[in-house]
Amino acid sequence: MTAILLRSSGWLGLALLALVAALAGADRGFAVHMAIVALAAALLGVTTAVRGNYSHQPAAPADLSGQYYDEVIRWGVIATVFWGVVGLLMGVVIASQLAWPLANLNSEFTTFGRLRPLHTSAVIFAFGGNALIATSFYIVQRTCRARLFMPGLARFVFWGYQLFIVLAATGYVLGVTESREYAEPEWYVDIWLTIVWVAYLAVFVGTIAKRHEPHIYVANWFFLAFIITVAMLHLVNNLSLPVSWLGSKSYSAFSGVQDALVQWWYGHNAVGFFLTAGFLGMMYYFVPKQADRPVYSYRLSIVHFWSLIFLYIWAGPHHLHYTALPDWAQTLGMVFSVMLWMPSWGGMINGLMTLNGAWDRVRTDPIIRMMVAALAFYGMSTFEGPMMSIKSVNSLSHYTNWTIGHVHSGALGWNGMITFASLYYMAPRLWGRQRLYSLRLVNLHFWLATLGIVFYTASMWVAGITQGLMWREYGGDGYLVYAFVEVVAAMHPYYIIRVAGGLLYFSGALVMAWNIGMTIAGRLRDEAPMAGAAFDPGRDRPLAPFAPAGAAALPAE
Amino acid sequence: MSPSALTYDALRHAADSWGLVFMTLVFLGAIAWTFRPGARGHHARAATMIFDEDDRHG
Amino acid sequence: MASIYVRHKVIERRVTLLAVLAFITVAIGGIVEIAPLFWIESTVTRVEGVRPYTPLELAGRNIYVREGCYGCHSQMIRPFRDETERYGHYSLAAESMYDHPFQWGSERTGPDLARVGGRYSDEWHVQHLADPRAVVPQSIMPPYAFLADRDLKIADIAAHLTALRHVGVPYSDADIARAAADLAAQADPDADAGDLAKRYPKVLIRDFDGKPARLTEMDALVAYLQSLGSHVDFATASAQEAAR
Repeated sequence: MTAILLRSSGWLGLALLALVAALAGADRGFAVHMAIVALAAALLGVTTAVRGNYSHQPAAPADLSGQYYDEVIRWGVIATVFWGVVGLLMGVVIASQLAWPLANLNSEFTTFGRLRPLHTSAVIFAFGGNALIATSFYIVQRTCRARLFMPGLARFVFWGYQLFIVLAATGYVLGVTESREYAEPEWYVDIWLTIVWVAYLAVFVGTIAKRHEPHIYVANWFFLAFIITVAMLHLVNNLSLPVSWLGSKSYSAFSGVQDALVQWWYGHNAVGFFLTAGFLGMMYYFVPKQADRPVYSYRLSIVHFWSLIFLYIWAGPHHLHYTALPDWAQTLGMVFSVMLWMPSWGGMINGLMTLNGAWDRVRTDPIIRMMVAALAFYGMSTFEGPMMSIKSVNSLSHYTNWTIGHVHSGALGWNGMITFASLYYMAPRLWGRQRLYSLRLVNLHFWLATLGIVFYTASMWVAGITQGLMWREYGGDGYLVYAFVEVVAAMHPYYIIRVAGGLLYFSGALVMAWNIGMTIAGRLRDEAPMAGAAFDPGRDRPLAPFAPAGAAALPAE
Repeated sequence: MSPSALTYDALRHAADSWGLVFMTLVFLGAIAWTFRPGARGHHARAATMIFDEDDRHG
Repeated sequence: MASIYVRHKVIERRVTLLAVLAFITVAIGGIVEIAPLFWIESTVTRVEGVRPYTPLELAGRNIYVREGCYGCHSQMIRPFRDETERYGHYSLAAESMYDHPFQWGSERTGPDLARVGGRYSDEWHVQHLADPRAVVPQSIMPPYAFLADRDLKIADIAAHLTALRHVGVPYSDADIARAAADLAAQADPDADAGDLAKRYPKVLIRDFDGKPARLTEMDALVAYLQSLGSHVDFATASAQEAAR
């Protein structure tokens, strides 16, 4: 009783403190953010008070050690689907703004400049991050045969992460940003994320430490490297000095060249560890499980792991080719980026070859097909990436839409597809359903997404190369042929095709939201199975020539 | 030549000679260790352990 | 019992070992690449003319950051013939040595702005920011008309300069003491600017937004844009380069 009151009033006290900070805030962004924090703390305080156990007898502790802790994962699946839809919608909106500038709506809150980080953060950190947290909690329990370490802390990780997302997203709309790409949130949001991330590490490592399996399955290696490296990158890249403890603005601890290298060391490894290592963790568990056969080569996966994490961290400077960064750093970045091709393809081959002997499943199981497509796109973008990091190629591709196309072939193809497949795998199991609501809708989702990616990447490749060539084109008179704005105008058709591709991909996500929603509701769509016409090998033989009864016994096998 | 330039030269020299050899050897050693024949059974168990039992729901 | 305890310790040690090894593996690359930039002096060759931003330019720069301009505009000219002809002399490391954070950008949906200072008139910038398509019909830039209607409100500009001094920008005591006065004086040709021009060489002192009575966000942003890339005299800088 007293404990509940203490806890509840603690949260309410925090809410009051945040409210004071909101009123004393030096700027609007900070004030709004503290008001959000106050609201969250007040909500928590009231929930604690209302939901508390006031009886004098403590509730008998149920023995839960025989059950996995899945509640937070169920929330994670819902959050992943929700933020996925939001993030993709924002992508369609800002793609439209580039095609039709009127879509900026003439308001300061809806310009491309403010919505672009909203899109990138929503898809990478809200959609991708929730997917990573949910799948890592799912996989670590099942591969360790142990209930999640400290479920209460896991709940804090989930809800704390949602608060981080809300603070980041509202900040962008209000113009609160550090301008560091993919690390835009300001200092206090960064501190909050650090706390949440340490809790995440504790839950993850704690579960591994209490495992009942002698071996730590390789998927967990990838998740562990992802959590540790992201912590390191986040801490160093966001070192900054606030102007005031009651204001949102801060100044980076680094400047110019150093700042650029630190930022792209972070930025590239956000791709390398957030979007690659973590998602490879999903791949190494869900692909073997869905295919029902062990990974092609467990040894290759170990080599894959160590070489991938060692090489990735060096590749950052390829974002700064031909800039004022010292030449040796650029060359180092290029060499390691090219070498990175090998472990990346090693991982792709390992994933694809897992299906050896079960390739017919690609035809009959749309979830397997999504996984295969994800691995194929992973292979494509990890070939394209090293190629674009070669300085002579980069001199053409840098600053153009080619980069955008490259990023999206990886993000939509690899991260999107493997996440969708993982969600489709987990949803019926997490809610104890016999199967998904509809496999045919998964099939529809697959085709909408694939077609969307084709439209998107193809248009951006053509746009990027066109852009690069037009910028550097000289006429016979020795002058540049095109004014900058003529190149902008030439992009218009490609920008429209991109919107179309984005809309297709977005509609696929809506189909998924419907499918998973109905699965959660416990509905089963009445539909013909995906496997095609029924086939019974026992009946696939010529009719036996007329035989007398009793003589039908065939020779024993 | 300033001390920092010397340090850079030393680093550069290390990267071009013994540092490179050392890293290559570590890499080859790691691969050899992973693929040593004695570990075959261990890796086979590790790869199939995800199928050992059904999921328990909570 | 004892054996189980020992085995359990081995298992726990393994996850720690895995974590430590993974951390060492990922730390090497960053240390080798990033650390030298802080102690190798050739990273940033000092160049004559580079100076910290004036309070008004800094306020404009903060608006540039706030609006996410870096999403479409780079500030880094690469040493290629087409880029130096289109935008001007390629960017030097020293030119962004006081940029906390850097604004090199990664995408050119719009043109590079590293040397946009002095290329267009203030009136052009004001019109273009308020309604880009009124000036450049094919532009796809969002409109920023609200900047012209909003007073430049900064609670404590001196605190901004102090914070920047803590992270290494050489603002003098006088710069910080006079920060608020400098902020107002730079956009007001009738005011007494004191020794502003002496402390910040090549500073542009004038009304930028065409509304002399008001100090708006437009004043600050245009002051920032007009200062970009115009401080280094490349006639002297290239002579220095040749001498090395």
